Amino acid sequence: MSTDGPVDAPVAEAAPPPPAAPPKEESDSFLSHFLHNLWAANTVTVTLLSIVLAAIVGAVLIVLSDPAVLDTFSYITARPSDAFTSSWTVVSNAYADLFKGAIVDPSTITAWANGSGTWRQVFFPISETLTYAAPLVFTGLSVALAFRGGLFNIGGQGQAIIGTITAGLAGFLLPLPPVIHLIAALAAGALGGMLWGFVPGILKARTGAHEVIVTIMLNYTANLFLSWLILQKGIQQPGRSDAISKTVDSSATLPSFGGELRANLGIVLAVLATAGVAWLLNRSAFGFELRAVGANPPAARTAGMSVAKTYTLLMMTAGGLAGLGGATQVLGTAHALTTQVAGNIGFDGLLVALLGRNRPWGTLAAALLFGALRAGGNRMQSYSGISLELVTVLQALIVIFIAAPALVKTIFHLRAARTARLGASMAKGW
Amino acid sequence: MTGVSTATVQEAPVTVAPARFMDRQRRLGVGVTLIGLVAAILFGALAPSQTARFTLSEDAQGAALSINGQFGAILFGVIAIAAGAVLLAGLLRRYQTTILVLGILAFVLSFLCWQVAGKFLPLVDTVSGSLELAVPLILGALAGVLGERSGVVNVAIEGQFLMGAFFAALVGTMATSVWAGLFSAALGGVLIAAILAVLAIRFLVDQVVVGIVLNLLALGITGFLYERLMQPDAQSYNEPPKMPEWRIPGLADIPVVGPVLFDTNLLVWLALILVFALHFGLTRSRWGLRTRAVGEHPTAADTVGIRVRGLRYLNVLIGGVIAGAGGAYFTLVSTGSFNKNMTAGAGFIALAALIFGRWTPFGALGAALFFGFAQKLATYLSVAGSPVPSQFLNMLPYLATIVAVAGLVGRVRGPAAAGQPYVKS
Repeated sequence: MSTDGPVDAPVAEAAPPPPAAPPKEESDSFLSHFLHNLWAANTVTVTLLSIVLAAIVGAVLIVLSDPAVLDTFSYITARPSDAFTSSWTVVSNAYADLFKGAIVDPSTITAWANGSGTWRQVFFPISETLTYAAPLVFTGLSVALAFRGGLFNIGGQGQAIIGTITAGLAGFLLPLPPVIHLIAALAAGALGGMLWGFVPGILKARTGAHEVIVTIMLNYTANLFLSWLILQKGIQQPGRSDAISKTVDSSATLPSFGGELRANLGIVLAVLATAGVAWLLNRSAFGFELRAVGANPPAARTAGMSVAKTYTLLMMTAGGLAGLGGATQVLGTAHALTTQVAGNIGFDGLLVALLGRNRPWGTLAAALLFGALRAGGNRMQSYSGISLELVTVLQALIVIFIAAPALVKTIFHLRAARTARLGASMAKGW
Repeated sequence: MTGVSTATVQEAPVTVAPARFMDRQRRLGVGVTLIGLVAAILFGALAPSQTARFTLSEDAQGAALSINGQFGAILFGVIAIAAGAVLLAGLLRRYQTTILVLGILAFVLSFLCWQVAGKFLPLVDTVSGSLELAVPLILGALAGVLGERSGVVNVAIEGQFLMGAFFAALVGTMATSVWAGLFSAALGGVLIAAILAVLAIRFLVDQVVVGIVLNLLALGITGFLYERLMQPDAQSYNEPPKMPEWRIPGLADIPVVGPVLFDTNLLVWLALILVFALHFGLTRSRWGLRTRAVGEHPTAADTVGIRVRGLRYLNVLIGGVIAGAGGAYFTLVSTGSFNKNMTAGAGFIALAALIFGRWTPFGALGAALFFGFAQKLATYLSVAGSPVPSQFLNMLPYLATIVAVAGLVGRVRGPAAAGQPYVKS
């Protein structure tokens, strides 16, 4: 069987096209069809309602944790308006700050128009969103790609950490001319991630060790290795006693707009990577093989594909992507290795992939949403005094609702969607 | 397949494979011989020829077991080599596990002789410290055993720890009662367990996905409430009373074991009692038989009238109580206050203990004690200024688990139906 032929039907079934464009029926007009599907449990409706539900739970948390607002609830029977207005004020202020910090703050536009502000201030929120989104695109793609091949890559965090290490080391140890240095550092990050992805891949292929267990364990191993490494001589920043490495050479940093606009080349690379992964999945022979292996390993084996080889290559590719995510983090924004340099991008990437339904462009959109939440969360923290942790809660809740479409369907009494198989379950044991 | 108390469906083809010369015992023998050689030659060469004192108290005072560091390192290395040779020769097959443990123990002792030479290691402090680090791991791993033996993968132990720790601190402070804190810690654990159970059992969501997301949810909620409530006003929200230590007269006077086991707090006893209770519950009781049936072959269990989903709900929720209590240990015993992300991956070490312990209560106990000892040793060595970086010792639980699941030291397999939602057809 030729593996580079056109996509066959069985595989196409395993990965249904986005149901956003419902199949038109001849008797229905487009409008009536649209209205019919509006309240059905399709991907778009479920995603939007999940975000709404998460925002509601978040609002409840904001109110519950504000002693001043809670006080007004003690006399709610006497003057209910107090409780409701104060709750509304604190919640709407918080969410308004979230928006202003993520998309645009209207006051900066007026300031720019009348000459008291600069265009940089207008684009600052968007720049922050893109900055936070870039690494998440890579780690999200890493998880999504592995998912499509039937592997659950929880190791994005560890692979990203190793990626930050190798990219950082290449960034401040190799004496190279500008452009080549950046390329070398990025390649080093990808290679580091590949190495860390190779371990669970080869173990899965050779011994059947479950990749979830191995990758969880490798996450913490990578973290401990990083915390040891940055204290070593030649790595640690001279003159510092705390855990921070030397700074990456300017020739190896991702170019940005400068000033407060931190958005850098990373987001461009992220979009290119998305296109690359989309091509790899849908147009390449390897993509065909990995989807076949993901859909039905025994059938793929019968068809002459090497499942073991696919698993190993797939985990290496996924690891390389996560490593690139780590590289954009250290070359784009952090510029030096610390114990927290990779933040939480690996685990966030997992949520991003789930939210993006394991499709490349969906993952990109989800990463932008998460980047926006994170950027807005910073503003919310400094302006409304609401902890940035609320963003973590919102992100987790959104994904819980996405992962359980049946739950959303029950809550909102949605109609059953015509395109079934929402949130394709990957349920399998160790 | 010694050590694996469950006869899983997949194991059958493995056991009928033709016996090769390099079978499991011989491969183990190669490994043990190699680490023995490392111990005898490397540790022996590096160890200074000074006395290593293992004192029977919490400090340098009192009676001690003393040995020359270099001599001890070589002696125990040779013992490890001998154990490896016995395995390699294919002798004493019945006592394979005992000899393996002996070999690893000798390796550890050789390492200790090298490290302690010229210094002292307080045994009571080391043992009680290991046990203290192990208690939450034991409880977390037992929660995992309950869930996974009935077919629900629980990756959310970390989240249950965090919620338990948070609620123990919050309610414990507000009610100024340790027991109220412990009770609400269990409730916090149950809260996460309930979400896990409903999503996994009722809504058939992938259990690993739910677990990972619930960890982040718990991290977010506890972090959020910590910054909103506890940070501004620690006195009224984050100063829980500490759990009292009870001394059993008489028993507490036994050297080493006495102060460790009989002069301690309730949670330590609870963890140890639960290990025995769960072991006998799982292997000897009707509930245990049903739990194992549901975890291995839910369809068959359903056919004979066992309520698969009901039993899974029950076990996951009990697991939530246990893991929540394990979380209380962090705030009510270890530190005395809650902090953001204070469990720092302990839930995943508990998961590792569960897997390394082959999904059995006693296995989990052994693995948790081993991991606790590794952590305690790491802190001891970094204080003692050892050349071995503490980070590498802290990696030990994770690396050991990878080795275990990769089948390099015998294959470990989970319950057959773990992770698979049961849909009644």
